[in-house]
Order: sequence, then structure tokens, then C-alpha cells
Amino acid sequence: MNKNWWKILSFILLVYTIVGGFLLDIPHLPILNESIRNLYFHVAMWFAMMILFGVSIVYSIKYLAGAKYRNDIFAKNFAAMGSFMGILGYTTGFIWANYTWISDQNQSLSGILKEPKLIGAAIALLIYGAYFVLRGSFTDMDKRARVSAVYNIFAFAMLFPSIWIIPRLVGSLHPGGQGGAGGNPALNFKDIDSRLRMVFYPAVIGWTLLAVWIATLKIRIQLIKDKTLLNA
Amino acid sequence: MHKISAYLLRSFLLIISFAICSISHAQQRVEMADAMRANGKIYVVVTVCVTILVGLFLYVFSIDRKLSKIEKDSASQ
Repeated sequence: MNKNWWKILSFILLVYTIVGGFLLDIPHLPILNESIRNLYFHVAMWFAMMILFGVSIVYSIKYLAGAKYRNDIFAKNFAAMGSFMGILGYTTGFIWANYTWISDQNQSLSGILKEPKLIGAAIALLIYGAYFVLRGSFTDMDKRARVSAVYNIFAFAMLFPSIWIIPRLVGSLHPGGQGGAGGNPALNFKDIDSRLRMVFYPAVIGWTLLAVWIATLKIRIQLIKDKTLLNA
Repeated sequence: MHKISAYLLRSFLLIISFAICSISHAQQRVEMADAMRANGKIYVVVTVCVTILVGLFLYVFSIDRKLSKIEKDSASQ
């Protein structure tokens, strides 16, 4: 089998995401209206981010286990691509919030900025931002790889409390918070409409594969650049 | 070589004439609602997004291929 099959799969899934995401039937909800279709784009960005951070931490642990420089390159680039997806998720969230929470729900901007998931996601992205600052502050390669691998584990450990647990404990405008419908929309199969599920899961896989593809391109460039170091 | 270029030119002219035919065909029936104009022209948005996606993938794929070539070169050195 062609080893590039997953790249083609990513393309097919994303074409399906756009065509199905724009045209298939969706639940008719007040305030959200057609913007519920953002589920396939905005939410998929965050899912791709979490998966890429997950891959990154695996390579960090692998580095700590064997001190192979190759694993450090993998960990760094997956974290970078994950952060990029997170920034895209944040930006798309701004746009979505502007047309639903602010203009159609008459909430104030300061009220929106208190939204715990916004703050949590900002904290999570800043923690990952510090990962790159930390990497840049080392001149010694082995030290950089080792310390940043340990830091990456801490960053991943902070990711889930800040974007999932804390917004659930306090009131949140996002699904799953207290004061909303309650419960866990990720695990409650009655919460997300099956029509949305039809496109949402392929969308998550498609966007994640695209992000992984771009991350592997960056990794391959770095591997060629550091060829002499890797063979030494 | 000459034969191939003549063949290419002929097929190109054929495509052009088809395109002209389709344009004049559309002009004759302005009132006909074709698929692209249905549902508030949402299909136009879909087509634009798919075009962007195809372009993006072609770009990433070309980078991928270039990189594979560089990898092959640096491996043989």
C-alpha cells in the first residue's frame, strides 16, 4: 500500500467536511442558527491541537527514555504545529463569539472575556509558548532537549485541567459548563446531534491528519539540516 | 514531436469551442436557476472553499515531493 494513503485520506475527509459541513442538514437552534457548522472547523482545531500535543508528549517521553536527538525534533515540531492549531482555534472562536454571544445575546465584551474556557485556553497556549521560550534559552543541545522534554510533560499535564476541568467546575458559555445544559458533551451521546456527529468526527480526523502532515514536513526539514548531528 | 503538438493544439481548440458553446448556452437561458445559484448561492461558497482546499493540498503536496527529492539526494551523498 502507498505509504502516503493517509495524506489522501486527509484530503478526502476535508473535502467531505467542507461539502457536507456546508450543505448537510443541521439542528435548528436559536442564536446559533447556521453558525453551528463552526463545530466542524473551530472545535476540530482544538481536537487537532490536543492530539498533536499528545503525540508531542509521547516523543518527549521517548527522548527521556533513550536520549535520541531525533525524538526531540519530533516532540518540538508536533508541539509547534499543535500550538498553531490552538491559535487558529482561538481566532475562529473570537469570530464565532462575536456573532453569537456578543451581538445576538447582548453580552458585554468584559462578560465574554471572563469566560473560563477562554482564560483556560489562553493559559494552556501560554504554557506551550513558554516551552518554546525555554527551548530557545539553551545553547547546549542535550540540556535543551532534556529540560524541554520534562517541561513538555508538565505542559501537557496542565492542558487538561485548564481547558476541560476548570471550565466544567465553574459556569461556562461553552457546552458542558455549570449553568448550561450540564453533563459532559464529549461522553454524553445524547448531547451532540447525530447529524452533527456525521461530519464532526471525519472533520476532526481530516484536520488532525493535515496538521500531522505539515508537522512531518517540518520534521523532515530539520532532520536534513541536522543530518551530521544525527549520524554522529 | 510535431504530431504531438498538433494533437495538443487540436484538443485545446476543442475545449475552447466547448467552453464558448457552454457560455452562449447559459446566456440564452438567463432565467434558468442553475445549481450554483440555488439556496442563496451557498454552493458558490462551497466551491470556493473546496478550491482553496485543493490549492492548499497541492501546495503542501509539492513541498512534500520537493522534500523527498532533497532527502534522496542527501542520502546518496
